[in-house]
Amino acid sequence: MEILMALVIGILFMCATYLMLSKSLLRIIVGTGLLSHGAHLLILTMGSLKRGAVPLLGENASSYTDPIPQALILTAIVISFGVTAFFLVLAYRAYQELGTDNMDKMRGNKGND
Amino acid sequence: MINFLLLPILIPLMTGVLLIFFPKQIKWQRWMAGILSFITIIVSTMLVQKVKTNGIQTLNVSSWDAPFGITLVSDMLSALLVLTTSIVAFACLLFSFRSIGEEREKFYYYPCFSFLIVGVNGAFTTGDIFNLFVFFEVMLMASYALMVLGGTKIQLRETIKYLLVNVISSALFVITVAYLYSVVGTLNMAHISERISEVGQPGIITVIAILFLIVFGVKGAIFPLFFWLPGSYYAPPVPVMALFGALLTKVGVYSIMRTYTLFFYHDTGYTHQILAILAILSIIFGVIGAIAYSDIKKIVIYNIIIAVGAILFGVSTMTPDALTGSVFYLIHDMLIKAALFLLVGVMIAITGTSNLKDISGLIKRYPGLAWTFFVSALALAGIPPLSGFVGKLLIIKGGFEAEQYGGAAIVLMSSLLILFSIMKIFINGFWGAPRAYEGEEKVPVRTLMIAPVALVIISVLYGVGSELVFPYISQATETLVNPEIYIEAVLKER
Repeated sequence: MEILMALVIGILFMCATYLMLSKSLLRIIVGTGLLSHGAHLLILTMGSLKRGAVPLLGENASSYTDPIPQALILTAIVISFGVTAFFLVLAYRAYQELGTDNMDKMRGNKGND
Repeated sequence: MINFLLLPILIPLMTGVLLIFFPKQIKWQRWMAGILSFITIIVSTMLVQKVKTNGIQTLNVSSWDAPFGITLVSDMLSALLVLTTSIVAFACLLFSFRSIGEEREKFYYYPCFSFLIVGVNGAFTTGDIFNLFVFFEVMLMASYALMVLGGTKIQLRETIKYLLVNVISSALFVITVAYLYSVVGTLNMAHISERISEVGQPGIITVIAILFLIVFGVKGAIFPLFFWLPGSYYAPPVPVMALFGALLTKVGVYSIMRTYTLFFYHDTGYTHQILAILAILSIIFGVIGAIAYSDIKKIVIYNIIIAVGAILFGVSTMTPDALTGSVFYLIHDMLIKAALFLLVGVMIAITGTSNLKDISGLIKRYPGLAWTFFVSALALAGIPPLSGFVGKLLIIKGGFEAEQYGGAAIVLMSSLLILFSIMKIFINGFWGAPRAYEGEEKVPVRTLMIAPVALVIISVLYGVGSELVFPYISQATETLVNPEIYIEAVLKER
């Protein structure tokens, strides 16, 4: 199971890298989304995907699931959600102001200032 | 009061939350932000004193005992950095009152400013590696907003790049924390250190150390990863630039300092060697940038990279002397960089340009500005008895002790070139034939000068009174040299 997850995460990172290297701003944003998905899945996998009872003291089970990775993912998801929302608004505003979503045309040359 | 170390985080948070509710009453915004920021300085001074007398302060949030809950830890290093942050923030705030402009003030400038301070103080105070990530994000979110606030073309363009770089490095941060968690099974920094010393730093921990170096290196702008900094910091208005230049990169530097002295000190052969090489390369490339440009903002921005290199070189040698020097230099650099940025801001406000070729003869009409700039330039280069000297002396001494002669020599020579790069501004900008600048009468130079002059005075006192400051610095270094002190203070209940 861990191997499969590792493959999935790897593919997600691969797609994210590809998308973030493209010129279009929207593709880049989708890339950052995929990157954070990959990172979240990685946290889940790193906590080892064991099955078991809920981590409560009274359960007396032989194995418990680890709650910490889930708490971490929840936090990370909220943060990446916020950042993505901000990024989308920023991209739209930049498109209105600069008239392009092409990263090539957003270079910091003197002529563009 | 056990919750005391929470106050430097809570006060700015409350300021930010309160100020969101009435964005259009600028007078109120200014007064409240100013007063509460001043209270933060007082509180953090008291915190430093408390750490001095009672040792490391810890707080287990919601009374979940360490290592299970989130722990906030204030040792001397973090307390001093919180104090410096509060001072720098107050100075930038004072400067903002007269220079940032109503347009920005009406659109949540002060709340964003306060949230940035929450993030920075939180990152300095936390004792939990994931909580560090969260505070990083708080800080970054506020910095995105501050950077783009105003919505000029250059700001929008540079914010996109800055945001993208930081999103990637944040994702890497999460990945690194996940790897670390899978190896040691804990997130509490003291507990991580304990577990790593139990297993004796196997190869995977070294990989994690390098990942941390990449993550914090992006935020702290060390050699191959500083590419985003000159462009991004150039875009926002001066008080924001001063805040970023003085604080944001230093959070990355602090994190490297913390992780490399607390976690990864067992097998320093590989990791710290890389850190040393990157630090030296940062200095070299920073110096090249600082000398090459004739734009006063760019010159000071490249000086950030040089300072980061010097501090991290001290950390990489891991000798007590060099670590003391690094801590000393870190605090000095936060103060003097803020002062320099603000002084450059005054120059830009007067002349309306940041191109050195269009500025000359300012000393005739603004002698106060010229001499403050001169003193801060000397302090930056490390002329005794000013504040840069002691830190650099100790870093170089530690470098020689660790037999890193080449690195120490480069740190030494960089001082000369730093002086050259800043004196270039002084000679071209202040000497020469005075010119008339459009609208210079309207610039409130005297009120603008209050904040940088105060910072320069503090920095001079910090250098001249280094005898008095030294006990605090050496207490801060003690926890860096002996991680057991830190671990003991956090996990004392067991």
